Amino acid sequence: MEAIFALAIGVLTGSGVWLLLRPRTFQVIMGLALLSYAVNLFIFGMGRLVTDKPPIINQEGAIDPSLYADPVPQALVLTAIVISFATTALFLVVLLAARGFTGTDHVDGREPDA
Amino acid sequence: MIAWLQHLQVVPVVTPLLVGALILLIPDRYEVRATLAVGSVLVQLAAALTLLYLTTDSMPHMWQEGVGVYNIGAWPAPFGIVLVVDRFTAMMLTLTSLVGLASLIYSLASWDRVAPGFHSMFQFLLMGLNGAFLTGDLFNLFVFFEVLLASSYGLLLHGSGPSRVKSGLHYIAVNLTASFLFLIGVAMIYGMTGTLNMADLAVRITLLDPDDRSLFEAGAAILGIAFLVKAGIWPLNFWLPTAYSTASAPVAAVFALLTKVGVYAVIRVGTLLASADEQTSFIDEGLFYGGAATVTYGVIGMFAAQQLSRLVSYSVAASSGLLLMALGLRNEELTAPLLFYLASSVLAAAAFYMLNGLTERMRLFSVPNDADLAPLPDVTYVGFGVKEPPDPHSPDDEVGIAIPAAMAFLGMSFVCCVLLVAGLPPLSGFIAKFAMMHVVITTPMDTPETWYEWLFVAAVLTTGLAAVIALTRIGLRLFWSVTGRTTPRLRLIEVGPVAFLIVLCLGLTIGAGPTMTYLESAARSLHAPEVYIRLVHSQSAVEVTP
Repeated sequence: MEAIFALAIGVLTGSGVWLLLRPRTFQVIMGLALLSYAVNLFIFGMGRLVTDKPPIINQEGAIDPSLYADPVPQALVLTAIVISFATTALFLVVLLAARGFTGTDHVDGREPDA
Repeated sequence: MIAWLQHLQVVPVVTPLLVGALILLIPDRYEVRATLAVGSVLVQLAAALTLLYLTTDSMPHMWQEGVGVYNIGAWPAPFGIVLVVDRFTAMMLTLTSLVGLASLIYSLASWDRVAPGFHSMFQFLLMGLNGAFLTGDLFNLFVFFEVLLASSYGLLLHGSGPSRVKSGLHYIAVNLTASFLFLIGVAMIYGMTGTLNMADLAVRITLLDPDDRSLFEAGAAILGIAFLVKAGIWPLNFWLPTAYSTASAPVAAVFALLTKVGVYAVIRVGTLLASADEQTSFIDEGLFYGGAATVTYGVIGMFAAQQLSRLVSYSVAASSGLLLMALGLRNEELTAPLLFYLASSVLAAAAFYMLNGLTERMRLFSVPNDADLAPLPDVTYVGFGVKEPPDPHSPDDEVGIAIPAAMAFLGMSFVCCVLLVAGLPPLSGFIAKFAMMHVVITTPMDTPETWYEWLFVAAVLTTGLAAVIALTRIGLRLFWSVTGRTTPRLRLIEVGPVAFLIVLCLGLTIGAGPTMTYLESAARSLHAPEVYIRLVHSQSAVEVTP
């Protein structure tokens, strides 16, 4: 499970960084989206990968922490998802505005001289 | 009274949040919105000043040793989120509300009606700034960074136009990427130590085993890079001059604070990490070299800039670089003058940006020099349904009284701003730079090479000289060239904030003694964070008295 998880983060980050460095605004926004997925998975992974363990503590009896998953990274991921979703949406609006103003989808607002 | 004062720490966060949301609900009553916005900033100013007073230990039965801890929701420290006020925080809060007040009042003259949502975004920006200064929790710091960045995206685009949208695109992309780095850093730190509370973190570093330790340090380094992007370190700052110089004048004035948030985060987290072990802190020589490169970049940019707004933006970058250089020297004596310089440079840059908004009206036609490099901000008033653009020649939509002797005022303010930015006597820029150089030259350093110190002194002097040369050239063209300009009609409401900030700098000069004493105590508590850590840990739930 760890290997697949690590590979997923690696592939997402690699593709994200590559797209982020491309000259077209749409590629940049896709790169940012992929990077945000990678980062969210990474935060989640920092709570250790476990199966069949609930994050919410059942209050009956004595509590053994090893039976529970760490709830904090899950809460952090939730916050990070909301924030990156909102800012990516805002970026999309700016992207469209820039397309409207400059007539090109190049990040510099003009086509490079051929 | 005392029961109320217990909750004072949340006021700078809650007030702008509530007022910003309330303003959204009353879209068509302009006067009410403006009054609410100004009232909110005044409340924040009052809260910040009270906190400043409390951190002087004037009321010892409330706070000890200048640190006030507030547990949100009465959850005790490492589990809940804490807001911590120490002297450094109180100073930054005061600075924020002063600059916020000045630029908000300035914006009332015309800018706040250019597009809807200005007042709400402005309040949320202040909320993010205040929260970032107050929080004692790393993830909460991320959230407040995002609050202030999200509103800064909106404010940067305020007024629209191709140049703003283009620079906004770059600004948003860079800052989103920096936010991802921030998250990776925070996640790694949490994964290794199991805590996000900054005070708790400082304690737990020493308990890490060596394998975890190296991963933790990697996380701290990534976090540090995220802070430094905000602080505008070279080579991560190419977005800065364009973004700041295309922003509308009142927005740019608040943006003068934004780079200093990065510096704040570096100092705050860096000093706390350093308390456990010198090696873990990211305040080290790297900052010195990065700062030196930033200063070089800023100086070259100042010489190259053809427009006042770009020149001021490069000077902001240079001042950020000087701060980072000073941090990189790791001289504890230097911290107090550094904070003084931080305050003085923020006030000066804010005044300068607003002044630039006024001098732009003097032009009859735009300067074509580097028009395609950085087009002048153009405002699509019509696009947002504003009937009449503010025309300097006609007395339309008067909000304030037009002042006489407009050119004299502009010239005098320009001279004052130049003195502040360049660090010439008699204003506070001089005292700040002099104090920094004095400390560097007089105190013996633990590094064997003294060229660090001389390089720092050279950097301080070079930025001053560059600012004088570049600003004099622009000043000559603005004020002494007879052709192609007109005497603008200035309103009291626009002139007041500029004068207010300059007078504040004058006040910093006259009150340099007491200010420096306060900052020295702030620096002492920064470098002895044991008190901070102990108080955050020991604080039990706040007893709420009905």
